[in-house]
Amino acid sequence: MSASVTERRVAVAAQRKNSLHRQRMWALWGSYIALGVFVVMFLVPPFYTLMTSLKSSAEISAQVGSPWLVKHPSLENFWYLITYPNFQRYYLNSVIVTILTVAVSMVISVLAAFSLSRMGFWGSQTLSTGVFLTYLVPPSLLFIPLFQIIGQLGLINNFWCLVILYPTLAVPFCTWIMIGYFSSIPRELDEAALIDGAGYLQMLWKIFIPVAMPGIIAATIFAFTVSWGAFLYPLAYLYTSNQMVLTVGIISDLIRGDVFQWGKIMAACLLASLPPIVIYAFLMDYYVAGLTAGATKG
Amino acid sequence: MAEVSVRKVVKEYEGGVQAVKGIDLDIADHEFVVLVGPSGCGKSTTLRMIAGLEEITSGEIWIGGDVVNDVPPRDRDIAMVFQNYALYPHMSVFDNMAFGLKLRKFPKDEIKRRVDDAARILDIVPLLDRKPRALSGGQRQRVAMGRAIVRNPKVFLFDEPLSNLDAKLRVQMRTEIKKVHQTIPTTTVYVTHDQIEAMTLADRVVVMNGGVIEQVGTPQELYHNPASRFVAGFIGSPAMNFLPCRIQDGANGGLAVRVTDSIIVPIPPARVDRYGAYKGKEMVLGIRPEHLFEHRDHGKPGWTRVDLPVDVVEPMGMETMVHFFVEGTPVCARIDPATHAAPGEMLPLTADLNQMHLMLPDTGRVV
Amino acid sequence: MADGTSVPIGGLASAKSAGRKTAMQKFAQRRSTTGFLLCLPLILLVACFVVYPAFYAIYLSMLNKKMTAFVGLGNFQFLLKRHTFQLVIFQSCLFAITAVVLKALLGFTLAHLMHNIPGKNQKIWRGLLLVPWVIPLALSTLTWWWMFDPSYSAFNWVLNQFGFANVPWLGVGWIARFCTIAVNVWYGTPFFMIMYLAALKSVPEQLYEASAIDGANAVQKLFFVTLPMMRNIISITVLFSLITTFADFDIVRILTAGGPQDMTHVFATYAFQVGIQSGDIPLGAADSLFMFPILAFAAFFVLRGVTKRTKEIAA
Ligand SMILES: Nc1ncnc2c1ncn2[C@@H]1O[C@H](COP(=O)(O)OP(=O)(O)O)[C@@H](O)[C@H]1O
Ligand SMILES: [Mg+2]
Repeated sequence: MSASVTERRVAVAAQRKNSLHRQRMWALWGSYIALGVFVVMFLVPPFYTLMTSLKSSAEISAQVGSPWLVKHPSLENFWYLITYPNFQRYYLNSVIVTILTVAVSMVISVLAAFSLSRMGFWGSQTLSTGVFLTYLVPPSLLFIPLFQIIGQLGLINNFWCLVILYPTLAVPFCTWIMIGYFSSIPRELDEAALIDGAGYLQMLWKIFIPVAMPGIIAATIFAFTVSWGAFLYPLAYLYTSNQMVLTVGIISDLIRGDVFQWGKIMAACLLASLPPIVIYAFLMDYYVAGLTAGATKG
Repeated sequence: MAEVSVRKVVKEYEGGVQAVKGIDLDIADHEFVVLVGPSGCGKSTTLRMIAGLEEITSGEIWIGGDVVNDVPPRDRDIAMVFQNYALYPHMSVFDNMAFGLKLRKFPKDEIKRRVDDAARILDIVPLLDRKPRALSGGQRQRVAMGRAIVRNPKVFLFDEPLSNLDAKLRVQMRTEIKKVHQTIPTTTVYVTHDQIEAMTLADRVVVMNGGVIEQVGTPQELYHNPASRFVAGFIGSPAMNFLPCRIQDGANGGLAVRVTDSIIVPIPPARVDRYGAYKGKEMVLGIRPEHLFEHRDHGKPGWTRVDLPVDVVEPMGMETMVHFFVEGTPVCARIDPATHAAPGEMLPLTADLNQMHLMLPDTGRVV
Repeated sequence: MADGTSVPIGGLASAKSAGRKTAMQKFAQRRSTTGFLLCLPLILLVACFVVYPAFYAIYLSMLNKKMTAFVGLGNFQFLLKRHTFQLVIFQSCLFAITAVVLKALLGFTLAHLMHNIPGKNQKIWRGLLLVPWVIPLALSTLTWWWMFDPSYSAFNWVLNQFGFANVPWLGVGWIARFCTIAVNVWYGTPFFMIMYLAALKSVPEQLYEASAIDGANAVQKLFFVTLPMMRNIISITVLFSLITTFADFDIVRILTAGGPQDMTHVFATYAFQVGIQSGDIPLGAADSLFMFPILAFAAFFVLRGVTKRTKEIAA
């Protein structure tokens, strides 16, 4: 009698354990399946870009069979672009503009963040808030007056105008996250450095920047992303192909009237997306940290 | 090496908080001085003013014969050890220790020699290539001290350097610091809130409270002759017992302390002159737990028997703490563990009245 | 000083004379002066290329087309009366609100799914899911355009395989509106997922355990633990995304350039069309300025949320 009760109890317990276990497994597999569906949906456009870029013009214009698959893969589009002077020009311009933008933005924002996190001066609080508000100003709010201002500076159709304007998009956020990273450095570290005999710039260069390296990397990635992908400013202010950067160059050069060279356009998109994707593949953690820093750091 | 003087120094923070209210202190060359007091009493502020990290509102600070009020920290030739060590996380132990020397443009071989010497003294030679994050708390503490030593400064400043360590390591590092000071007798100002640390380390202890100095003296002086009720209560563990009392005439033309109707104890003859002026006044009697012990038949002059009802007994192995209530005031005695004491029973005790203190109830001054 | 290598700061010797500012005060002052100087590049940049253009925009918006006469609020009145502009207002709001709601819901779902799977696998999934956010938007929108192509496009081919007729994706107003929103959702969802995932991870596990012991089921946990704990991050992210979505330019410009019949124009693309392409700078400036109240409204609440959060973290 008592033996059978115990037995039954054990059985019930085992069943319960099993069902709990099964429930967990279901939740886990359900999550994986749902995530898989999302990943497929998210990756459809990049996949299609890749497929199209491998097709020859003839294959595209033939319009037979599934457009999702490539029948005779060829690198002819890539080869065309790599040897195409205009495309080389766009690429070079993008690289120049981005390197300069990143450098300018990082210098401005690291100096400002150091000052705002450590060397309070009259109005520094207001300035911090102002920096954050500036971050919320989208490019499409001010591009018209900037068109006039750039015109007055004589920089219309000159990619140097981007080197001036892109920092306005990158600096506020970079400053903001650098303030967060710098503020998390304990104050005793500055004091130790002061006693050790460092001046403010030595303190910044030898202590703050190395210690806040993850923040520096995150901010650099952000500035890079902004500069590499911006579309409105170059579209509005540049109109000859020797000045254009990739985002506008691809559209204006490879779309002539209503003739779309889709294979080449897609190949160009792929080549132009390569730097962000490579950077992101190697530094994803910093990238994500930078993304979330704005809301979690302060 | 240098002496340090603090003259009428006041520190007022923005918003009007006076953290330090005019203190005077002279520290001799090679001396190890400990500032001790409860949290928020202005110890760190004082130390940081000596370091030059905090501006002085008024007064003067002298280091080695110069007024340094106007000298920024790096030119004061001091070194400081912080509570959280403040090691540069991205530098190796060697670079941490060498940083100050590099900034002062010392030659390479000189830097290496000094760092090696300091590392040997502190026993951290095998750690020189490690990063701070790979070190234990005690090792970090040593590196922080090494960083101070290599500079061979005029003054060492320590701000609660052991507070982040666990109890056992704290005791060990305390000894270590004392040993280093014996090897390199640099003038040292050491801040702590722990009175045991203060007593064990200091040549002289400075007890601070509420932004002022209560008393300066050797550990022995502070223990035996506290100047105020605050110092009497702060130094010693467990703390001194304080009982409200009244001075009245005693036997043989002497004086007696009346604590309650049943507890009236004679004042030792040696102290009668000192306390004569307070006859008939309300006072506070102070006596340390270690001067209340189990009753012995063969007493000495000044030993008096009192019987108290036991409240709580706390055996601690080496000794036993017994707590009583005398008219609502808690009293603690430190007795031999062999003595039988049970809650609720009366325990006969001996009070060593040669060690008693009388203080004014309003100002707390010890008379 | 003892080693003779330190450099005394300026004015040290003279500072001892009474009545002058002490060098220590100078040191403090120098600190704030240095601080200001370090901020100067930032201040100049923001003043010249953000603050000044903002005021300049207000000035420009009150001129006539040739920029020869002052017309007051004429441009604003003109715009409000125009049917196209009424469509712009409607589409901007529809676009922003629908897209943000969808992004928030999908992002939340994704973050939860991610949170369910073991930590070591999260990285690779996160990597795959973030791809839309990483590709420059102008470039990925080109691919979408190609996939929406009416003649031989990816989507229509699939529809044909299942026996449906071709859909004129970008050729009919409401479908085109749907397409622009879809592209925005595709692009922006990863951002929400990342933000929410970070927030989810910051909810202490003990809270879930405590609520489980109190007898809460999964839905109750979501409503009584997760959402309240994430409220601030959710609102910051939503408001922030509202700003960027509302001011979006790239998608609409590339996909439809505002068509068909101006039904997909948003403020930014319309401002580009009238201001840059048609050369009516003042009208374009006025158009852009219509965004300002909504942006300011959202910015105010973002800032409030962020301040609150900073305090929470500090506490
Ligand atoms: N930067 C500051 N601003 C305002 N008040 C301060 C500041 N630093 C310390 N105080 C106040 O000064 C008093 C003394 O502080 P401190 O010297 O740090 O005390 P402690 O003896 O614990 O080291 C405290 O009441 C503290 O609140
Ligand atoms: Mg302190």
